[in-house]
Amino acid sequence: MRDEALDALPVEGKHRSRWVETLLLLGRNPMALVSGAVLFALVVVAVFGAAVAPYGYNEQFAGGQLEAPSGQHWFGTDEFGRDVFSRVLFGAEVSLRVGLVAVGISLVAGVLMGLLAGYFGRWLDDVLMRFSDMLFAFPAMLMAIAILAILGPGENNAMIAIGIVYTPIFARVTRASVLSVREEIYIRASRASGAGNTRVLARHVLPNVSAPIIVQTTVSLAFAILSEAALSFVGLGTQPPDPSWGRMLSEGRGFIEQAWWMALFPGLAIFVTVLAFNVLGDALRDVLDPRQRSALSGKGGGA
Amino acid sequence: MTGYVLRRLWQSAVVLIGVSILVFAIMHLVPGDPVRQALGTRATEAAYQAMRERAGLDEPLLTQYLDWIGSAFTGDLGVSFRTGRPVMEMILERVPATVSLAAAAIVVALLIAIPLGTIAALKPRSPVDWFATASSQAGLSIPDFWMGIMLILLFAGTLGWFPSGGYVGLTSDPVGWAHHLVMPAVTAGVASGSILTRFVRSSVLEALGQDHVRTARAKGMRRRDVLGWHVLRNALIPLVTVGGVQLAYLLSGVVIVEIVFAWPGLGQMALQAVESRDYPLLQGSVLLFAVIFLLVNLLVDLLYARLDPRISYVGAAK
Repeated sequence: MRDEALDALPVEGKHRSRWVETLLLLGRNPMALVSGAVLFALVVVAVFGAAVAPYGYNEQFAGGQLEAPSGQHWFGTDEFGRDVFSRVLFGAEVSLRVGLVAVGISLVAGVLMGLLAGYFGRWLDDVLMRFSDMLFAFPAMLMAIAILAILGPGENNAMIAIGIVYTPIFARVTRASVLSVREEIYIRASRASGAGNTRVLARHVLPNVSAPIIVQTTVSLAFAILSEAALSFVGLGTQPPDPSWGRMLSEGRGFIEQAWWMALFPGLAIFVTVLAFNVLGDALRDVLDPRQRSALSGKGGGA
Repeated sequence: MTGYVLRRLWQSAVVLIGVSILVFAIMHLVPGDPVRQALGTRATEAAYQAMRERAGLDEPLLTQYLDWIGSAFTGDLGVSFRTGRPVMEMILERVPATVSLAAAAIVVALLIAIPLGTIAALKPRSPVDWFATASSQAGLSIPDFWMGIMLILLFAGTLGWFPSGGYVGLTSDPVGWAHHLVMPAVTAGVASGSILTRFVRSSVLEALGQDHVRTARAKGMRRRDVLGWHVLRNALIPLVTVGGVQLAYLLSGVVIVEIVFAWPGLGQMALQAVESRDYPLLQGSVLLFAVIFLLVNLLVDLLYARLDPRISYVGAAK
């Protein structure tokens, strides 16, 4: 269990230096730097999309339908004569927003479940973990689709569905780490000195189980963005005319023979974004969870 | 070991009951009247009443649930709102296509993972290793629906090597079956292959460091034989279990790939059920998927416990 590696991290007073150290270590990894830069650019595009994009996302060029990429339209135009490049840029905002909100939901719900289950144990652990097993028993995509069958299609509902789907993984990751720190001396000392459960959980347990949660958050962002694109692709996520990468891909699919650019570029955008989150997640895991790193590189597998 | 098996069986039973309740709830969580939603505004009052009655929606909730789950145990998953046919019958029709695709995809995944993972482990930190790591990252990140479309563009459109979609039965035309299967299987198999590549790599690396491998080398055994006899045999045993989990995912998770390649499988049917508000069909297919997923995971865990006795202690110690 890799989470056991996180038991001996410093408690209070050293948080700052630990995060600085993490950033410094990340900075030494060129792949992490590249993916960080890609994600930074993505955030800039998402925030300032309107200023960066050459045209509006629904601006139609009469007579300019299905035009191949050119100096005027870098990624070509779609069947309504809209600029694909501008739509891809605007799509960044949708993808990031859905990803962040969805993962935010899983993070809050899952970490809370994991903290309570791991810390209090007994029946609460059983109830919460069996519930998380139930959610886990559904294949992710299918569960999101079933939830959207109930809630109805749309961007907000897609966020909720993805958020629910990825909740159990956060619960499991958190619980496993809590179990490994629960009996540590500093926790016992804090309890013995009269600290209430809330204080022990917030001040001592949570900071010491945060590393795997951070790694999980980064990786989940990748999957959440992928899921949003997939749901929009099948028509259950973002609705037209909003520019969502998944939606654009499904529209482009219908014109694949005449206009390959309509499907190529939105897909490439999804791919690059998801890859950047995955690479960053891996790099973070290397830095925050060294035992996992040694197991992966095989240098100290038995240690 | 027996204790672990019983514990695991009990857990699965509890989860299964919970899952069935969640699936049952789908029909009742839909805002408004599910039958009205499914029929739309064109249906007559008589048709509406008939369907409500057939779905048992006027009974108390508990009775409805017990009826539903009782019938499900005997293989009766109710009647489709849309076609009026038994849901089980519709599901069974789709099974061959989905099983073909999942089986072919796992073969693709293993064909990628075993050679790539092994070579990467034999030469750690070499360009090959770097390539294996990078390609497994890429394989995990590539959207399957995009990859499918790009494959269609290249291999069906430009080159014309494979059909762009559709399914041919294995028994009616084996060659056509295989021909239609290639692109969907590659599309669905790449992500699993990427996960398995990492797994094979670390597993082989671990096996390489074992004492018996060193001894075999020290006594002058040929490198190839050491790899076959001592390394791969040990490293690939756990692959059975991780591969099993991937197979479970593929059996139930190829919804999108089925859509892209117009593959008449279970995933495609589940999505059509959502679009046409055919709730009994949706419930039936979701329940089936969850059961398959649970069962495969249970089998994998039990198999793993059998292959690696340490697991039962870890599981029981909690």
